[in-house]
Amino acid sequence: MAERVSAPGAAGGTATADPSTGALPLQVVRLRHPGRWIAVAVVVVLVVALVDSLVTNERFQWDVVFTYLFSGQILSGLGNTLLLTVVAMLVGVLLGVVLAVGRDSKNPVIAGACGVYIGFFRGTPLLVQLIFWFNLAALYPVIALKVPFGPTLLSGDANVLITPLVAAILGLGLNEAAYMAEIVRAGLQSVDAGQTQAAQALGMNARLVFARIVLPQALRVIIPPTGNQTISMLKTTSLVSVISLPELLYAAQIIYSRTYEVIPLLIAASLWYLALTTVLSIGQGFLERRLGRGDASRRVGVR
Amino acid sequence: MSGTGERVTDEPTPMVVARGVRKSYGAHEVIKGVDLDVASGEVLCLLGPSGSGKSTFLRCINHLEQIDAGWISVDGELVGYREQRGKLYELRDAEIARRRSQIGMVFQQFNLFPHLSVLENLMEAPLRVRRERPGPVRERALALLDRVGLADKAGAYPRQLSGGQQQRVAIARALAMQPKLMLFDEPTSALDPELVGEVLDVMRGLAADGMTMVVVTHEIGFAREVADTAAFLDGGVVVEAGPPAQVFGDPQHERTRSFLARVL
Repeated sequence: MAERVSAPGAAGGTATADPSTGALPLQVVRLRHPGRWIAVAVVVVLVVALVDSLVTNERFQWDVVFTYLFSGQILSGLGNTLLLTVVAMLVGVLLGVVLAVGRDSKNPVIAGACGVYIGFFRGTPLLVQLIFWFNLAALYPVIALKVPFGPTLLSGDANVLITPLVAAILGLGLNEAAYMAEIVRAGLQSVDAGQTQAAQALGMNARLVFARIVLPQALRVIIPPTGNQTISMLKTTSLVSVISLPELLYAAQIIYSRTYEVIPLLIAASLWYLALTTVLSIGQGFLERRLGRGDASRRVGVR
Repeated sequence: MSGTGERVTDEPTPMVVARGVRKSYGAHEVIKGVDLDVASGEVLCLLGPSGSGKSTFLRCINHLEQIDAGWISVDGELVGYREQRGKLYELRDAEIARRRSQIGMVFQQFNLFPHLSVLENLMEAPLRVRRERPGPVRERALALLDRVGLADKAGAYPRQLSGGQQQRVAIARALAMQPKLMLFDEPTSALDPELVGEVLDVMRGLAADGMTMVVVTHEIGFAREVADTAAFLDGGVVVEAGPPAQVFGDPQHERTRSFLARVL
């Protein structure tokens, strides 16, 4: 039997073992992937070229980048960016949950109204909405709380009430709510109808069914895209520079309009955006792992 | 019987009384006037081909489905409605929920809460709906798990259990609310054949302990052995009802005979 099987690496070993006899373990030769090594070589060359230019091209003005990176103006812009992100996401999530529940309401008027809201805010550019809110005073010079056809309870000058910060929060938050509504709705719909019935059969009222049974299960579907929305929002706040709110980008623009050091300041701002989105991504990964407690990535189905 | 007055007068009120129950989905009427009584401590098995309305009728008993005509009472209380001057007014969510909490239900697809552990599944409703103290609820839940043979699974999550184990947990979850009536909607239909027995054993034990039960099932053997009354439904009406020995042994109607010939 041994004659039929060549030892691995034996010279001139053309004979192979008959797999059916299984007399000796046969050596496994993995498929070679020369293409992968070529790809690695290309990437290495490109990275070296990029680093070379970053180091040798003096127009990057790295000294300027690092001078401004921690300057008061940039840091205060950073603070505004963070504030806007947090407040706009809060408005978006809370209003989004309300819209999602309303969209699936049995009351056709409520469902229709929520649908129109979502369609309107998703159907017009955010940039336009921001400029619109900023110029609201042109449409309603005075904003008042009054009984229709009755007395006025509260009133104020729109130019005073609608500061850039208020316009930015309205623009970003109301727009975000429309997107969050769809995310929340998808999450709520992912929960099997049997869950609601089982909870109802145990005597839970509508509020308990939603808060204790449906929402906790929907969160597993809602949280990951909400994390993406938050990361996206952090960058989207830069749009607010058009209504001269000094967030991170506008703070950089104010400086370079004076010093003409456009590229270094844009790099300084970008480094901050990059740092913050990285931190948020890590936090998102952590949160998703925690949510996987009861059941990991796959949906719990019966059978 | 459109009856509003006569139902309270009989001496021992049956646990479940259904009179002239009708239910439609759009133009399609699935229940066409069902009258049934279930005495306290009795087991009623509902049998019939799919689409006969037996599951829908079961879900009307705890108002998961709203009936369009007739009435159902559980332990002398109308389900989902309040009677006033010859009319039935639909109740508010909170009041329906209170009445439902006294009726346990077990589903074909188990419907355990996947985000809660087995013990939490059992404790959720007593704690949140009844606002009972956690200590006694926990003791009761553990005793129930022991009763269905799953004392060692208290900390497990539903997805870690077999179908038969999940269904036994679901039965224990319903019992945790100390119901006076248990509804079973094809409790063994989603199970692998070798797991059916363990669930039926738990149900047998419940029946022996005197629990009033309404069971929609295809398990003729179980119905023959455990039921006090077997009712055969077809086309939204009760074709035949009586002691299982009679319904299965000497069916009076052609439709019952042909159904039994197919399933036995």
